[in-house]
Amino acid sequence: MIYRENGQFKSSYAADQQMLPIGQDRVFMVALLVFVFAVLPAVLGDYVFLSLLIPFLILTIAAIGLNLLVGYCGQISLGHAAFMAVGAYAAYNLVLRVPQLNFLLVLVLAGLVAAAVGLVFGIPSLRIKGLYLGVATLAAQFFIDWVFARVKWFTNYAHSGSVQTAPIEMFGWTIDSPVEKYVFLLSLLIVFTLIAKNLVRSHIGREWMAMRDMDVAAEVIGIRPVYAKLTAFAVSSFYCGIAGALWGFMHLGAWEPLAFNLTLSLNLLFMIIIGGMGSVLGCYFGAAFIVVLPIVLNQVPAWIGFPISTAMASHLEFMIFGALIVFFLVVEPNGLARLWAIGKEKLRLWPFPH
Amino acid sequence: MNKNTPFIAVCVALLVGLVLPLATGASAPGFYVEVLLGGLMAGVLYSLVALGFALIFKASGVFNFAQGAMVLFAALAVARLAERMPLWAAILVGIVIMTLLAWFIERLVLRPLVNQDPIALFMATLGVTFFLDGFGQTVWGSDIYKIELGMTKEPVLVLQNLFQGGILVNGEDFVAAIVAAALVGGLALFFQYTPTGRALRAVADDHQAAQSIGIPLNRMWVIVWAVAGVVALVAGVIWGSKLGVQFSLSQVALKALPVVILGGFTSVTGAIVGGLIIGVGEKMAEVFLGPVLVKAFDLAGGGIENWFAYVLALVFLLVRPQGLFGEKHIDRV
Amino acid sequence: MSAMENDRAGRIGGQILAVEGVSLAFGGVKALSDVSFDVREHEVRAIIGPNGAGKSSMLNVINGVYHPQKGTIRYQGREYHHMDPHEVAVSGIARTFQSLALFKGMSVLDNIMTGRNLRMRSNILLQALRIGPALREENEHREVVERIIDFLEIQAYRKTPVGRLPYGLQKRVDLARALAMEPKILLLDEPMAGMNIEEKQDMCRFILDVNDEFGTTIVLIEHDMSVVMDISDRVVVLDYGRKIGDGTPDEVRGNQAVIDAYLGVSH
Repeated sequence: MIYRENGQFKSSYAADQQMLPIGQDRVFMVALLVFVFAVLPAVLGDYVFLSLLIPFLILTIAAIGLNLLVGYCGQISLGHAAFMAVGAYAAYNLVLRVPQLNFLLVLVLAGLVAAAVGLVFGIPSLRIKGLYLGVATLAAQFFIDWVFARVKWFTNYAHSGSVQTAPIEMFGWTIDSPVEKYVFLLSLLIVFTLIAKNLVRSHIGREWMAMRDMDVAAEVIGIRPVYAKLTAFAVSSFYCGIAGALWGFMHLGAWEPLAFNLTLSLNLLFMIIIGGMGSVLGCYFGAAFIVVLPIVLNQVPAWIGFPISTAMASHLEFMIFGALIVFFLVVEPNGLARLWAIGKEKLRLWPFPH
Repeated sequence: MNKNTPFIAVCVALLVGLVLPLATGASAPGFYVEVLLGGLMAGVLYSLVALGFALIFKASGVFNFAQGAMVLFAALAVARLAERMPLWAAILVGIVIMTLLAWFIERLVLRPLVNQDPIALFMATLGVTFFLDGFGQTVWGSDIYKIELGMTKEPVLVLQNLFQGGILVNGEDFVAAIVAAALVGGLALFFQYTPTGRALRAVADDHQAAQSIGIPLNRMWVIVWAVAGVVALVAGVIWGSKLGVQFSLSQVALKALPVVILGGFTSVTGAIVGGLIIGVGEKMAEVFLGPVLVKAFDLAGGGIENWFAYVLALVFLLVRPQGLFGEKHIDRV
Repeated sequence: MSAMENDRAGRIGGQILAVEGVSLAFGGVKALSDVSFDVREHEVRAIIGPNGAGKSSMLNVINGVYHPQKGTIRYQGREYHHMDPHEVAVSGIARTFQSLALFKGMSVLDNIMTGRNLRMRSNILLQALRIGPALREENEHREVVERIIDFLEIQAYRKTPVGRLPYGLQKRVDLARALAMEPKILLLDEPMAGMNIEEKQDMCRFILDVNDEFGTTIVLIEHDMSVVMDISDRVVVLDYGRKIGDGTPDEVRGNQAVIDAYLGVSH
């Protein structure tokens, strides 16, 4: 009833290409922004920020990055956590060796380093397709894991191989408390969401999707596979590099070698399958899911009187993840994002469906 | 320049790398042969896992990421069952379990996803991997378990007259190699000479054509997944008896992926040869190249075998995407 | 009708594309053996032949998707041993596909917009921020695409994912995507396959309009003989990868080899 778009006409191409073409959506978005920026910081406690919202925000950035490559360009990657590792260690070394650098610049540089590494490991995509590529990206995963575990320079010759970070300071603002981190990360996520949205509705995004849907036809209309695939690899690794740096500095604080291992890569894939391949919004759903589920599994059984061990909870988590992947692939291959879209479509007609 | 030049160059480099330690005298001949044999033994196990993978890929076109998880699951099952019953009984029950598993996978995963693109099917096997890892540890436990094959683990010195100091060989390894070879031979006979084997080859060639002449596709899939499950079980039992049954087994088994890339996805021969190459290659690299790298770059330890297989596969993908024995693919428009 | 045909005959210019002695084999299977023919500017050139005659392979050679073992392709005065798909697209050859090759996950509008990609120049940073030239470019090309949408009468489906359209409309989107490239030569691979009579008539009209209004040269593969005879200026006939006939529809109709190999079946 409220959610109708009658009378909202578009009179220019620009208006037709808006991100939120429906008026009510724009109102809703403004309300949501006020809520997350003003209301949430005032009412929530540190625990919620630290164990839920901060990991959620960072993982969403990483998932968007992976989704650009897998969901939009159709190139599978089983090793994206490796690019997060590249970003994290690049940022660590930049902060360590060039302390006067502004952290925002550090982030961008870390992203660029990750993009460069991603480009190198994306080169096989020019000769091989689809699933073969998955194995090439596994090479990235294991090789990069090894490099950071063994080459001492990257960890500044730390004995255990683990590295520590100090709170970030920029423009005279020390980002220390959970709320501050939350606000900083939220702003970054919004920026990266907008950039991703812009990319996928520009011609570069269409090139990616064309490669994904029908690569021969894409070539015939003049899209160069080299350019399309490598840009997708670079942009995607850029996102993951930044997410990795944030994961290290804002979430972990200190991390061991293998903090960015294959399991994290597979979790990223899980997020975009559940959330929705080829949907930026889906990344939010997927990341939320992966952050919330373990907590629910740890708490809920105790509340209802069947406490289970932590190990059991983590096994159950695996089982649920696995079953959900299969379930979504069978029932709704486009993930939670598609369910959301169907819901909205219904709402447009409600309560008069004809 | 010939199209195959880069490929030949890579092969030559591999061969040179293989004989270099011996030629430069960096290693005593006896020790060298020991490393070589150790590599071959590991290679046999890689071949086994890769074989299961190649079977499934051939017959159902599914890139089965879960093959490693199946190895772990089967090994866990046998290890825990063997605590209550004789080993042979545990293995038999294990085979029944893997067949049931194949049936469930066909019913719940493959059948609903038939005719989807390969990527979707691959992702589904990713789901199966997650599920099996969790399920296996829930049901069987998540500690380190032992499988006792009842053979001596004491290494024996052989060929003392040929090499100075002789060669240390593990008796169990030899039995393992023989079992694996017998399994591969048995499978080859099964595929070549039984009606079911023929039907499976037909399915591998063309699903629809096979279906149209009355081959029950679904049953064939169950069979091939069950066979792959049994192969996984054998690999898991042998491996488990060597290293103990633990979670890391599924990561080791992941090396089947570079093996099939090297050998060619659809080729059973490729899986076997590829497994041996990778097994020997990574052992050699670890033992002889590792210390050199550690010294040159001041590394905190070797561990090249973690990535050697994958990087080798990557190089192969660049110079010969179809692998050693795979068929070249032509796109039709 | 005849006035229009005269008009068209008057517009047909010199040779724009020529295939000379092209042979193509996959392993041991010969798809094309020593095929030569030429295409003149502004004409409608048909390629016909039974199934497996090598027609689609011929288009793939012109397109650069397949690289022939022997022969050359002369295009706009330059000689190529083989073509590269990207170069072909840049130099103004567009194509539609026999089995639909649309981008299934994208809307009709986005599919057609991909045809404009070659002309879009703003860099990735501008696109990421969607400012200045990137935004302007997007709107300019959208305008061109809207004209094509109007021309092919698919206004109602702009935002529909192409996968949900009926077959006939998908064929039209395929044509629209090719037209968006504003090609000099348009290669059409069975544009009317599987259509009913009304859809065929529509498609014929579109093809002739494109040829007339934009002066686009058309190379067309088609099975429906009446369509081929009606709309094409010259016809080349392939059978088992060899050329067995070449000429105006009337000449081809009278050619005994062609009648034996192909037309003989239906007459």
